[in-house]
Amino acid sequence: MPTFKVFRYDPGKNDLPYFQDYEVPDHKGMTVLEALYYILENLDPTLAFRSSCRMGVCGSCAMHIDGQYGLACETQVASLGNTITIRPLAHMKVIRDMVVDLDPFFAQYEAIKPYLIPKNAPGPREYAQTPRERKKLDILVDCILCAACYGSCPVVGTDEKYLGPHALLKALRFIDDSRDGNTNERLAFVANDSGIFRCHTIFNCQQVCPKDLDPTGAIGKLKMKSFWAKLTGKLKKSG
Amino acid sequence: MFYDVIIVGGGLAGMRAAIAAHDAGVKVGLVSKIHPVRSHSGAAQGGVNAALGNHPDGHDDTPERHAYDTIKGSDFLADQDAVDLMANMAPEIIIEFEHWGCPFSRYEDGSIAQRPFGGAGFPRTCYGADRTGLYMLHTCYEQVVKRNIDVLYEHFVTRLAVKNGRCTGVIALNLHTGEFESIAGNAVIFATGGSGRVYSINTTNAHASTGLGLAIPYWAGVALKDMEFIQFHPTGLEGSSILMTEGCRGEGGYLLNNRGERFMKNYVSEKIMELAPRDIVARSIQTEINEGRGFEDSFVHLDLRHLGEQKIKEKLPGIREICLKFKNIDPIKTPIPIHPANHYTMGGIDCDINGETSLEGFYAAGECACVSVHGANRLGGNSLLDTIVFGTQTGRYVAGKVKGMSQTVDTDALNDGLAIEKDRYGKLQSSEGKANPYDIRNDLSKVMNEKIGIFRNETDMKAAVNEIKMLKIKFENLRPIPDTGKFNYDFLWVTEIAGNLDTALAIATGALNRSESRGAHYRIDFNKRLDDEWLKHTLHTYHPSDPEITYKPVTMGKYEPEERKY
Repeated sequence: MPTFKVFRYDPGKNDLPYFQDYEVPDHKGMTVLEALYYILENLDPTLAFRSSCRMGVCGSCAMHIDGQYGLACETQVASLGNTITIRPLAHMKVIRDMVVDLDPFFAQYEAIKPYLIPKNAPGPREYAQTPRERKKLDILVDCILCAACYGSCPVVGTDEKYLGPHALLKALRFIDDSRDGNTNERLAFVANDSGIFRCHTIFNCQQVCPKDLDPTGAIGKLKMKSFWAKLTGKLKKSG
Repeated sequence: MFYDVIIVGGGLAGMRAAIAAHDAGVKVGLVSKIHPVRSHSGAAQGGVNAALGNHPDGHDDTPERHAYDTIKGSDFLADQDAVDLMANMAPEIIIEFEHWGCPFSRYEDGSIAQRPFGGAGFPRTCYGADRTGLYMLHTCYEQVVKRNIDVLYEHFVTRLAVKNGRCTGVIALNLHTGEFESIAGNAVIFATGGSGRVYSINTTNAHASTGLGLAIPYWAGVALKDMEFIQFHPTGLEGSSILMTEGCRGEGGYLLNNRGERFMKNYVSEKIMELAPRDIVARSIQTEINEGRGFEDSFVHLDLRHLGEQKIKEKLPGIREICLKFKNIDPIKTPIPIHPANHYTMGGIDCDINGETSLEGFYAAGECACVSVHGANRLGGNSLLDTIVFGTQTGRYVAGKVKGMSQTVDTDALNDGLAIEKDRYGKLQSSEGKANPYDIRNDLSKVMNEKIGIFRNETDMKAAVNEIKMLKIKFENLRPIPDTGKFNYDFLWVTEIAGNLDTALAIATGALNRSESRGAHYRIDFNKRLDDEWLKHTLHTYHPSDPEITYKPVTMGKYEPEERKY
């Protein structure tokens, strides 16, 4: 029976965070999320953690699980040791236990204008996009905004102005979309020291992404694109 | 806080309604217990139907044909005017999503790719790999961000404010502060999604998809409709019941029993096979299991191996990812163990084509609503479509209704509602009972799965009704809930379970009363569809003890009921 050492903190009530131990009877195929539900339902109804789909697509349950950021619902208890340490995502204010304040995370996402700004006015039919053009978006559109990358990024933790791996990946998602017509403005917005040039290329985000996306690679691509745009005179200001 | 239109639920229907109402020039507040991108619309995989005619075999497809397939699929219980509207609006509304940037998969000519789905005469299911819902949900949220629509996320609505027969707002627990808030509005649209967690031990649905979204208006006197029609998806992953999209079979996957036989040939024509509608495929799988041709008496195989590595990786990457992560099997090499699992609530809040209900100022759209376009059995690919068509339709209609209305906040009903909810919260904290609410939830879902499942009979259903009532009594004596202030999840889940109990009772009584078989409601003691007596919608009206059951006619149209053969 594994012991879960779970981070507990209510900033309004506790001076400091602490860890509380819970013994959870495990079974074949049990996920960390199921273990957390076992605790809430049978051992301690005060525990706070977000969750919803339990199938790795809603992005609610990203947390720090035994030394690695990831989704609780996708992590098998059997893949971990006998003592399993659970903490919230880093770099965000803890509201209670595993629930952190995601407002800055979403504010940065919103800052990059995360919506298509079409190149051409729409007609009666869909914009034509070939499979080859669509393929460029393959690992960009699968982001579930779980914030695992954000929690893992040391730059996010030290510079609150930094846009963050999630927002920069999203910026490339629109720049690489054959239907979007706002490339130079988007590049200008990210090509500065609060954007792509702030990334220290530590690869944490790439390592932890539960969807196997590559924010580090996306930032690298944005650097190359902005470099080229600057050389060809398309990027007037670098912010 | 005042909004012209309050929308409760941040999934596709809610967000699409918010966009429609906002674009019509009214002030919209989108209230959701989870962040909109966490909504279960995002878990939809296989696609969304629209007669675009892009598929090489689908050039002759038309909205009329889409409507016919939907009506036949519904076992003729759908309202035909509503289905016509949905099928006709489908192409423009999918094109609109594409114009918003939704990353659909494509054909060489640049048009949106389509795949065959169950019960459809042509391949008309538009898709983005097997993550269509995720792409549509995020695209819709992007448009909400673009419009700067107010989103009150992690606000848990628990009650409607009603005065003089008119809905004037909602009461919500702000999870961030732990305080109840009243939100006033001239109209409230519920878009709270499905209620699969009534069957929690065997459902594809998210933890958030409970019966509460139906129970809140039901408690306030709004009737529910056709609740006995519960869809079991044929292919839930063995154990966790995670959805394995119909797209697996649309792309050519086989269903195999323990003899390695494609058993669907024994149930439908060889032309249709695995792509029969879901009610039929789910019953066929369950029959194989019940008659000893399954594995371990609990599952059959969904075999994708013959599709090959490239096709699986390209068209079904999400399915492969789920199999690897949750089952440690690779569908490229190993068949997927699957069994039917609760998936979709065909019934819901009784409303018309504009989402209008019997309660003035209160509307519904999406899975929580019952217009009805799905009747007794929904076709795959029609649920995403339902959300965006009726989200749009309802949002526009409601905006038109509230435009120019005075923005007076009726404080009476809101204050009363606030007081009632605070009182309930306090009582749950000081409760002196012993019962664990989660045991009640588990017991309830056992009753529902075992007795109101795929095959039903009078004895079981009578027992189920009694057992649900016993669980409701048990629920009156809960162990106390803690006072955690912010993010009181125990309070949230206890409230959800209260909603599950009354939703379950509506389902069970509706099913017990309907002495015929139609679509997903299959009775071994009445195994025929009986149109003379039963071609009608069930209406469930809340009473604390027994729901009152009445009926109303189905809106017919071009299509007369015929024997449903595939």
